[in-house]
Amino acid sequence: MTGSGAAVELRWQPDAAPRALRLRADLNAAIRQFFAERGVMEVETPLLQGAANPDPAIEPLRVNSEALAGFLRTSPEFPLKRLLCADSGPIYELGRVFRAGETGRHHNPEFTMLEWYRPGFGLDDLIDEVAELINTALRLTGDRTLPVVRTRYASLLEDLLRSTVPTDIAELRQACVTFASMDASTAAVLSSDECLDLLFAVAGAALPTAQLTFVTHFPAAQAALARIDPDDPSVALRFEAFAGGMELANGYDELRSATELAERFAADNRRRESAGLRTLPLDHKLIAAQREGLPACCGVSVGVDRLLMLVGDYDRLRDVLSFTEFES
Amino acid sequence: MATYSTQEFKSGLKIILDGDPYTIVENEFVKPGKGQAFSRVRVRNLKTGRTVEKTFKSGDSVEAADIFEQTMQYLYTDGEFWHFMHPETFEQHAADAAAVGEAAKWLKEEDDCLIMLWNGAPLTVEPPNFSELKITETDPGVRGDTSGGGTKPATLETGAVVKVPLFVNEGEIVKVDTRSGEYVSRVKD
Repeated sequence: MTGSGAAVELRWQPDAAPRALRLRADLNAAIRQFFAERGVMEVETPLLQGAANPDPAIEPLRVNSEALAGFLRTSPEFPLKRLLCADSGPIYELGRVFRAGETGRHHNPEFTMLEWYRPGFGLDDLIDEVAELINTALRLTGDRTLPVVRTRYASLLEDLLRSTVPTDIAELRQACVTFASMDASTAAVLSSDECLDLLFAVAGAALPTAQLTFVTHFPAAQAALARIDPDDPSVALRFEAFAGGMELANGYDELRSATELAERFAADNRRRESAGLRTLPLDHKLIAAQREGLPACCGVSVGVDRLLMLVGDYDRLRDVLSFTEFES
Repeated sequence: MATYSTQEFKSGLKIILDGDPYTIVENEFVKPGKGQAFSRVRVRNLKTGRTVEKTFKSGDSVEAADIFEQTMQYLYTDGEFWHFMHPETFEQHAADAAAVGEAAKWLKEEDDCLIMLWNGAPLTVEPPNFSELKITETDPGVRGDTSGGGTKPATLETGAVVKVPLFVNEGEIVKVDTRSGEYVSRVKD
């Protein structure tokens, strides 16, 4: 120590160790090679957007300067879909996204997302490709891959609850008390979707380590922007990938109908309103593009920082981030 | 009534749950990518020491516990309460048996203790890590045996019983680690 003893020590050093920084560079290169070999084109779309995804569970960061008012993207989904509508063919983007209020062991307000779209793919094809990508990444740190296990959303919850998933709201709230250590008074205000979100989070976190689990057959109410299964309208053509208990990817057989897209957007804003959240300006350009025609395709986004945690055996997201500017 | 929102949760935060004071041991932000966010916390009851898990919906608020820690000097016990004095204000605080707990057997007058106060009243008492206490009763020492090896029980002036080496005698002062309850050394006057 030099100078005054009262000086505040400002921590300026990186959060990630040199090995993690190196691993990120290697992973980015491996991702680009993976898609180059498969003829999927890398694209870049704006981080600054005028419209936002109205999904009530995702809160965008607002940009409000004298020069411009808008949002930092929460994912590149909408511009990528507009490219697909303009006949881009298979595309991917590797870049930063931003989400307000998300900080924790597996969360940071700013993180790296890999999102790609495959025209002509079915959900099973895309699940296979996601597993290949994850196992390709794993080989960066040794001769190892993880076996792939598939389970349905309902089975995952049934394993936790040791019974069928209740449809009655009182029973769902009771399940949150019994299986997710919630007080009855706190659970009493949860909607059935919120109960399911909590039970899903608890069940997902308890998935066996040393395997990739793909959860499929999400309830239609949790479709987000996935198509409803034409053979079974109670489920959506959506999957989530878990590495051990860590959520890693979220994929859809993409909703193509412009009318239904507009309806889901409007429903999201209504849910925002009733939850006391600000409604968001909708992406009318995406609706217009899909009216022109989105090719039948599947798309998925992967949390790259979490993938790095998996590949490098790190415990916290911040262990793979060069710097974390905002902490809880 | 002061409250904390789940966004302010972090380890060490003191909160009230079901009327009892708790400290947050660990806070985990949990959120499915497309779902509601929750805070899953491990909290320790500051009265009982028991640790439990609790889950809150993000944005929920809980009552803040008015808790702070203060080093105070132990004065005396009247059998029912243990009395402590604030070193600067000289204000006196009485802690009951529940608050003093295991610390009672190490407390010697004038020792500095760490007192946790809840709403201004002692909640827990932490004795100094090391306490020097006089042996009031033990079997006679074995002269010449200073090599260690064997031990024997010794009753201290506070009533605590510790294992001491065979060569230590009644009337001597010993240093004891209050965290483990183990003998450390003899103290020469």
